[in-house]
Formats: sequence, C-alpha cells, structure tokens
Amino acid sequence: MSEEYFVEIVNPEKSFLSKNDVTEVVVPAFEGEIGILKDHISIISFLKPGIIKIFSKSGEESFYVNDGIIEFKDNNLSILTSLILNLKDIDKEKISEIQKSAEEELHKADINDQERYLLDQKLEVLRSIN
Amino acid sequence: MASLDDLKKRISSVKSTQKITKAMKMVAAAKLRRAQESAEKGRPYSDKMNNIILNLSNGISDIDNAPKLLSGTGEDKVHLCVVMTSDRGLCGGFNTNIIKKAKLYFQKILDEGKTLKIITVGTKGYDQLKRLYGDNIIERISFKESKNVNYFDADKVGKIVIEKFDKKEFDVCAIFYNQFKNVITQIPQEQQIIPLKTSEKEENSSEDNYEFEPEEDEILSNLLPKNISTQIFKAMLENSASEQGSRMSAMDNATRNAGEMVDKLTIEYNRSRQAAITKELIEIISGAESL
Repeated sequence: MSEEYFVEIVNPEKSFLSKNDVTEVVVPAFEGEIGILKDHISIISFLKPGIIKIFSKSGEESFYVNDGIIEFKDNNLSILTSLILNLKDIDKEKISEIQKSAEEELHKADINDQERYLLDQKLEVLRSIN
Repeated sequence: MASLDDLKKRISSVKSTQKITKAMKMVAAAKLRRAQESAEKGRPYSDKMNNIILNLSNGISDIDNAPKLLSGTGEDKVHLCVVMTSDRGLCGGFNTNIIKKAKLYFQKILDEGKTLKIITVGTKGYDQLKRLYGDNIIERISFKESKNVNYFDADKVGKIVIEKFDKKEFDVCAIFYNQFKNVITQIPQEQQIIPLKTSEKEENSSEDNYEFEPEEDEILSNLLPKNISTQIFKAMLENSASEQGSRMSAMDNATRNAGEMVDKLTIEYNRSRQAAITKELIEIISGAESL
C-alpha cells in the first residue's frame, strides 16, 4: 500500500501548490508542531508563524507561513494561508520587511498576550531563516 | 443646416472620441482577462474556508456560547452596509447597479425604523451616496493606489468591520458587490457576512468527526475574522472582474455608436456639399441663360 497522500496549499490569490505524492507534512500548529502521515484522523487546526515541511518522493520542501489553517480529511490535506514563501527562493529583503513590521507591532501598547506570543514566534522563526 | 466647416469639425471630433473609446475597450479587455483569472484562482481559498467553517459550526455543541460573529448579537437594530464600487467611471451601469441594489436595502432598513451605517469602498459609490445618505456614511475607503486587488487591502476592510463589531457598533453586516457572470452580465449581490449565514448546513452534516487543536470555539473565533476578510476579498475580486467586463462592453457600445454617428455625419456632409455645388451650377447656368 502506498504511503502517499494529497496536499494542497492555497493562499487568497491562487492555489499555491498541490502535490499528490506526499509522505509526510510537518506543520507549525498552534500548540506545537504536528507531523501528518497518511490515514491521520480528520483534523482541523490553525497555524502559528513557522515552517511547513513537506516530504515527498521528489524530495523535501520547506515554506515559511505567517498564519493559516489546515484541514485533513480522507487523505486530503488543505492548508489555507494568507502569506507563504518558499524557503528555496526566498527574498532576504522581504523577510527583513516582515520582520520589521512585526517588531513595530510588538512595540505597540495595545496588543494582548496571544498576539504578543504570536509575534514573538514570528520573529524567532524569521531570525532563524535570515 | 450646419455649414460644411462645422460638419467637418464635428466628424473629426467624433472620430477622436471613437479612438479613445476603442483604446479603453482594448485596455479593459486585457485587464479583464487578468481580473477574471485572479477571480478564478481566488475561489478555492474562499470555498475551502467556507467548508471548514461549515464543518466547524456543525461540530459546535453549545450554540449559546458560539462566537458572536457566527451567531450575531441577538439583536437586529443597527445595520452596517459595506458598498463596494469602483474608483473609476466610464464603466456602464456597473456602479449604478450596485447603488440601486444597496438603496433598496437601505430603504427597507430605514422603513423598519432601524439604524443604518454605511462604509463605502471605492470613490464612485461615495459620490453617488453622499447626497442622500451622507449622514449615514461612517467610513470611506478607497484603494486607488493599489494596481491590483490584493488580500491585504481586503484585510484592512475586514479589520475595520471587525473592530466596529467588537465595539458593538452594529448588529448585522452586509456587503454589496457585483458578481461576475460574463462580460455582458454582472449581477449585483447582497451578502450578509455578520452573523454568518450557513445555508447549506443540512446537506453537509455528515458525521465527520474532526480532531480539533485547540478547541473548536477557539479555532472558530480565530477563523471567523479571517473569513470576513476572505469574503470581502472574494467580493473585491468579483467586483474588479465585473468592472472591467462592464467597462469593456460599455466602451464597445460607445465605439459602435461613434461609428454610426460618423457615418451619419459624413452623409450629411456629402449631401450639403453636393447641394452647394448644385446651387452654384444653377446660378452659373441661369446667369448664362439671361445673357
């Protein structure tokens, strides 16, 4: 039996990526990373800023996501995200830009703990990329 | 009858108008293709988002504790309408159709004695509404600077709406936009986004047992604001495709009308030229005869 399933990543502008030979996807879920293999139980979860890793027959790919939500059902994984970047051809300037705006946001007084947590996460991940 | 010179001037001015409308039509056609593409590409996202929310709201056990964005405030007093129009004119009935639809709704709200608040997106809508409903407009947004529709603009509108909802400034929110059907037909739409209407609830109520991480309520309360931005984004995409389509057919009509006008004027010009010649000939001949 094959161990592969279908993954689709969509952002508001377009369908970003779809692959049907994926063996494992690791996503930065809100309460920690989840690795999803074939025949995983149906799950809905949302993502914090982090790295999505996709393992497939053709190799490994990594993406940075800002936020998002995943749905896994009947061996179909859908990832919805507003901002996604492929780590292979990443633009340093763009990263710095996001980093900067996140830092600015962090200094605002009126953010709550959850937002602060997410921003901290974001910065940490961005620093590790850069 | 107008003199020959006047006719000549009119013909050349109509011709140059025709050139402009023709060029605008071409530009609209090119833009339409792009707008249509991005509208189509944007569909999977909003469809998927809708699906997930459906599945989630089915899974919610305690409806009373559901997030307010889903269930509403329980009241129906203040209506917020987001009217989405274009920033540019010369696009046929595009803006008028939205405004007409919106005005019907406004009238209904006001007749029922409810409070009406309006947010206009796009300058044309504001221009048309400010006279009658100027006092009701609480915010006007325009994205004249951004060349293409992008998600972050939609997100801005979404955030404004949610902020106002959190401050309890309204109970029900509806958006107005044109749905793109084809180049000739655009259907003005009214869509209620707060509280969310889940019409297809029954058919999708299979026993999907999802694992949620974190809890359903928490996911929902994070997802619903995103969904609002997504719906607005979808509306903006549809709107921009409709705008270009509408402009294209309007400009096509204008070009054709200008062509007809040039034909008519040319005939008139030729006739009066011939008349002048005939008149001169008659004068010469009768002059010669009298000698």
